[in-house]
Amino acid sequence: MGRFVSIWFRYLRTDWFSLRQPELKKLPFVLRSPSRGRMIITAANSVAAQQGLHCEMAVADAKALVPELQVQDDIPDLTDKLLRRLAEWCIRFTPLVAIDPPDGLLFDATGCSHLWGGDDKYIEDITRKLQARGYDVRIAMADTVGIAWGVARFGNGSLIIESGITIDALVNLPPEALRLEADVTERLHKLGLHTIRQFIRMPRTSLRRRFGQHFLQRLDKALGSEIEILSPVHPVELYQERLPCFDPVATSTGIEMALKELLTKLCFRLQRGQKGLRKAIFKGYRIDGKVEKVEVGTNRPSHHVEHLLKLFQINLGTIEPSLGIELFVLEAPIIEEYLPQQEQMWNESGGLEDIRLSELLDRLAVRIGAHVIHRYLPDEHYWPERSVKLATSLQEKPSTQWPIKPRPVQLLPKPEPIEVTAPIPDYPPMLFRYKDKVHMISKADGPERIEQEWWLQQGQHRDYYRVEDEEGRRYWIFRLGHYHDKIYQWFLHGFFA
Amino acid sequence: MLPEAGVIMILNRKADILTELQSDILRLQGFRTVNNGLLDADLGVIKQAFPNASFPLSCIHEFITSQQEHRAATNGFLSGLLSSLLGVDGVLLWIGTSRYLFPPSLPAFNLSPERIIFIDVSKQRDVHWVMEEALKCKALTAVVAEVKEISFIESRRFQLAAEQNKVTGFLLCHQTKKISATACASRWKVSPLPSETIDDLPGVGSPKWHVELMKVRNGKPQSWDIQWVDGKFVPIYKTVSLFTEQNQKAG
Repeated sequence: MGRFVSIWFRYLRTDWFSLRQPELKKLPFVLRSPSRGRMIITAANSVAAQQGLHCEMAVADAKALVPELQVQDDIPDLTDKLLRRLAEWCIRFTPLVAIDPPDGLLFDATGCSHLWGGDDKYIEDITRKLQARGYDVRIAMADTVGIAWGVARFGNGSLIIESGITIDALVNLPPEALRLEADVTERLHKLGLHTIRQFIRMPRTSLRRRFGQHFLQRLDKALGSEIEILSPVHPVELYQERLPCFDPVATSTGIEMALKELLTKLCFRLQRGQKGLRKAIFKGYRIDGKVEKVEVGTNRPSHHVEHLLKLFQINLGTIEPSLGIELFVLEAPIIEEYLPQQEQMWNESGGLEDIRLSELLDRLAVRIGAHVIHRYLPDEHYWPERSVKLATSLQEKPSTQWPIKPRPVQLLPKPEPIEVTAPIPDYPPMLFRYKDKVHMISKADGPERIEQEWWLQQGQHRDYYRVEDEEGRRYWIFRLGHYHDKIYQWFLHGFFA
Repeated sequence: MLPEAGVIMILNRKADILTELQSDILRLQGFRTVNNGLLDADLGVIKQAFPNASFPLSCIHEFITSQQEHRAATNGFLSGLLSSLLGVDGVLLWIGTSRYLFPPSLPAFNLSPERIIFIDVSKQRDVHWVMEEALKCKALTAVVAEVKEISFIESRRFQLAAEQNKVTGFLLCHQTKKISATACASRWKVSPLPSETIDDLPGVGSPKWHVELMKVRNGKPQSWDIQWVDGKFVPIYKTVSLFTEQNQKAG
């Protein structure tokens, strides 16, 4: 026979808020969220609950009842996150912890409690530790999930039901303790069936006809004649490898050997789990208490030992062993999925997908820095400086077309002012002076007017001309502003091929 | 009629024999041509200057520029070359310290800017390191590096790395007052020429350059006037060959 524990967090979300703002603990406090054009209460703390406030109540009504009410906005998905975090934390009590939404956890505690010295001490320890974390809980233990759940929420007497007792524990509870749908419990109450005792001996066929198959399933689960399967949470696997050294290591050869050993172990684990690391930190704990570390990052998940070793080797010389290193630790804080078909696709495929290319870029990033690697995609702006944007990854595809209008092969990062002789109003210049050299213009195209994007930047428009001087050199020049403003200026912005 | 036809036939035979002999000598010297059908088709008359009439890949080509305008012209010519070299899914690495290349201009030369990865480092030393690392990466089709000057030893290292890993490298040497000897397979100089428009219409025409192949291993140095029209190199006319005894000694 198994043993199951059900934990009921009575005020899960408000407790979490009170932990962050301890002054809320003593005050009536509710959480609100908008629903159908008004604010309703989604959670109330113990003080507010005692004063008659409950969920689904309008915040305005609640404030009328309790003027000193504290109200804060609810955080969506908070329950799931909190329960998951608590479930992972509770793995210390049993290896099988399942989340029981909306406000509980379920343990399969079979064969666990003797380690604490009995059921009483086991439950006491869980209660004490959860209360120390700031949560108001009710915890029950029984032979089936159903009874534990019902007793935790509706039980009056002892919350620990001894092994072998099933029906007796259940009979005094209301029908809600069977985890039924709201309309079924409502129907039971209407029929005057206020405790389980009143209907548990009724013939199964008539119960099924009136309340459906699901009702009987719930009853069977509570009595243990139908097995209930929990889906336990899995703890996050830590990708970390340690290598303690018998004698302190002070040579570069030794450090490299340690690194290789750790990398091989870590990569084997990653490969088995179909994962690849994006970031790895190699730490050496020195005997004088200082920690030396080297960090590498990769462009795509990798579990390739040789490649990672090469990346580390670039900066391995920065490790100062001093008197010696007694412990090496290799951790991979950022892990991503690495599917075998990706490997197949990237290897030797050529182009941007090639794994050898991303390995080259990894080496550059480690040696010089990731900021030197640029790849450009077209952006939807006419303003030349804004017409390209940096790609975020090697795989990113252009989302728009490259401009069709002629653009200079070389663009100056900042337009340089030039002196110009030009017939007004809109003809291209006849000559211009750039860096003390006069260029006589023989051919010209334009103007191409490019307006400032006022939602991004204020300023005057540019009239671009493509000009060629007598020696055949081609330039991109522009006039900033209108002629009649009298404050226009000419600039050289680029060179055509 | 008959004797004249016979003379022409003999002359043709002679030319055939000579080219055959030349390719035999190249083969005996250990020179291997890499198949690059697409590039040679696009190069047209230029390919005649190269050994076996094929643009040499897996080696280093050096481009010399002095002024900014020449740089732009060189970039234009090089982009045209690279477009047929990269093909459908080739990747190019462009390394430099002060890069002015403007990616949106490249589609005009049939080159997709998203296939280029730019490495903008701050030190010349890093450019050389990245260049050598990149030439060892078989996933790349070509590598372009903008350098100030290059020593013979460095160029030799690049050349060896390129030969071993089948990557083609291009060096853009700026500001070279004295041109030192390098181990590169060829040396080019591109300068802009006044453009021509169809029927003398007003406006700026297609890019036009004077392309000078100053030095080429196992080939004939030449120069051409070339126009870039509708995504193709169009030679204007073939100038007199610069191949002289003096040049041969210097090269």
